[in-house]
Amino acid sequence: MRTIIYILRKEFRQLFRDKVMSRVIFILPILQLFVLAYAATFEIKKINLYVVDLDKSVSSRELINKFQGSSFFILVDQSGSYHLAEDKLKSGKADQILHIPNKFEKDLNKFSFAKVQVVTDAIDGNTALLMNAYALSIIQDYNKDLIVEEMPIIQQADPININHSYWFNPELNYITYMVPGILVLLVTIIGMFLSSMNIVKEKENGTIEQINVTPIRKYQFITGKLLPFWIVGLVELAIGLTLAWIAFNIPILGSIWLIFLVAGVYMLVVLGFGLIISTTANTQQQAMFIAWFFLMIFILMSGLFTPVESMPEWAQIVNYANPIAYFIKVMRMVMLKGSGFNDIAEQFFALLTYAVFALSVAVWRYRKTA
Amino acid sequence: MNKQSVIVKNLSKSYNNKVALNNISFEVKKGELFGFIGPDGAGKTTLFRILATLLIPDEGSAIVESFDVIRDYKSIRKIVGYMPGRFSLYQDLSVEENLKFFATIFGTTIKENYELIKDIYVQIEPFKNRIAGKLSGGMKQKLALSCALIHRPKVLFLDEPTTGVDAVSRKEFWEMLKKLNEKGISIIVSTPYMDEARSCNRVALINNGEILSIDTPENIIMQNDQDILAVKTNDLYKLILDLRSYEKTDTAFLFGEYVHLCPIKPFKDLVLLEEYLQSKQHHDIIIKKIKPGIEDCFMKLMKRSI
Repeated sequence: MRTIIYILRKEFRQLFRDKVMSRVIFILPILQLFVLAYAATFEIKKINLYVVDLDKSVSSRELINKFQGSSFFILVDQSGSYHLAEDKLKSGKADQILHIPNKFEKDLNKFSFAKVQVVTDAIDGNTALLMNAYALSIIQDYNKDLIVEEMPIIQQADPININHSYWFNPELNYITYMVPGILVLLVTIIGMFLSSMNIVKEKENGTIEQINVTPIRKYQFITGKLLPFWIVGLVELAIGLTLAWIAFNIPILGSIWLIFLVAGVYMLVVLGFGLIISTTANTQQQAMFIAWFFLMIFILMSGLFTPVESMPEWAQIVNYANPIAYFIKVMRMVMLKGSGFNDIAEQFFALLTYAVFALSVAVWRYRKTA
Repeated sequence: MNKQSVIVKNLSKSYNNKVALNNISFEVKKGELFGFIGPDGAGKTTLFRILATLLIPDEGSAIVESFDVIRDYKSIRKIVGYMPGRFSLYQDLSVEENLKFFATIFGTTIKENYELIKDIYVQIEPFKNRIAGKLSGGMKQKLALSCALIHRPKVLFLDEPTTGVDAVSRKEFWEMLKKLNEKGISIIVSTPYMDEARSCNRVALINNGEILSIDTPENIIMQNDQDILAVKTNDLYKLILDLRSYEKTDTAFLFGEYVHLCPIKPFKDLVLLEEYLQSKQHHDIIIKKIKPGIEDCFMKLMKRSI
């Protein structure tokens, strides 16, 4: 026990003696939290709209005013030439064209029936869908009897009036949605890098030679290596949660202890993974690249940026082996929904199994004799 | 009671078919200061790593203080002190922290064994708060030795402890080893420096994974007791080549500004050699008879083994 405590003290001493590293560990994640929370959003603001108004009537102007009044649209230009509009779309200066044909007002009055055309730049499919949806809602709002002809997606004006009510995140605030996931990334990156570099550093400096000839026990050594980063990881999470609450006003509906219980198990998975890398690699550079490779895959497939449900089936199966996906789900459920242990039991036991597996492999891989 | 500290029998180790140790056998008595002398790549480090239980030999056995290096490696780790050739302490921890760390790992304290390391530690104690990475080469060695001694080992394995250390520190270091030796610790040390061999009780000359000779430094010199010649002329490089092609030469190696010439049979007269050299256009010829040093013996043994 005394030995473990002393190894812990030694690890912390080394960690905080390295001025650059200790700053990196505590300041960069906070920066990252702020940058990612504000930048990684799917909301589309400032859609560049080009208007081709051939009618030039009161009705058409009213419709255009509706668009201008919306915070989502910026009117970049207006002319009577559809060709000019198309050029703007091609050169990327406009994202969307609102095409109002002549006789718009006349048809509207005569037949209570008129056509407008919406053309959308659909290079980015997700964005195009959203832009379309925004444009449609404005036009529908203007007159529910208007039949809308739009490209590339054709949608009839709906006879049934649908009202949405969004649960757990009523304002569809993306920061609320992103921050729990970003917190997971922070502790993962810190934990994975610190643990994967650590034993490799001892290998590089030759200190492992000296350690290996001592009667130190395997479990003492591994515990001494894991525990400091486990503590650092959980402290980071605590800081992150506090910031999320203060700066982004994100509530924690569920139990904070439940979050830390799952986080504690999750950190064991991450650190175990790092240790496996550490016992495989011979230089810090190798460790860095291997860690990055796995992190990239895990992060991109985790459901943080794209929903897991929209991934192909094989990718969803692969995700059963993705610890980040489990923890992000747990964080969102507990923080935003207030889920209890029973709701997250599946994820919890998956992580627990993973932790046992990763640590066993790490201990087995670490041998004191060459 | 067993009088041997280390018993090695027919030990072999290869790395990917490259032989590092070839069928080595030797014994070290308790309380002996035993030296391994040999050039880089002779297999010294491999041997030390096997003895320190860091490497498993391919064949043969090694017993340290009556423990087998493979079967009883755990017991060996408690009673040996090992100092690898490369400085292997934490460079970002201070002198005192390093020492305390290793003391704790061995389940002891600095206080408990201070008396043993006192002579060495007092020399670095003024710098105890300095981080180990900022120590000079000589001080690093002293710290490493202190850490290797902190648990009062029965045997010390020191792998090239004086490589990269200045001449004064080297001398001090060997003085310390002798003192430790007097306290009853068996010490096995390797070095590429021939002059250090004289401080050992016995030495083993090792080259290409084979032991050429094991004896006291005096005996090794005596066995090869044969006058050798120190020769110097205006062109040393040409001199070596000419001497080596001389029919009466056994070996010729450069030592400092002289070429040490070991004849096949002792020369009765040095005039013949001088005439030979003159015929090869050498000037300023100096020829002296000298007593062979351990270097000369090593070179001779090495040449024979090839």
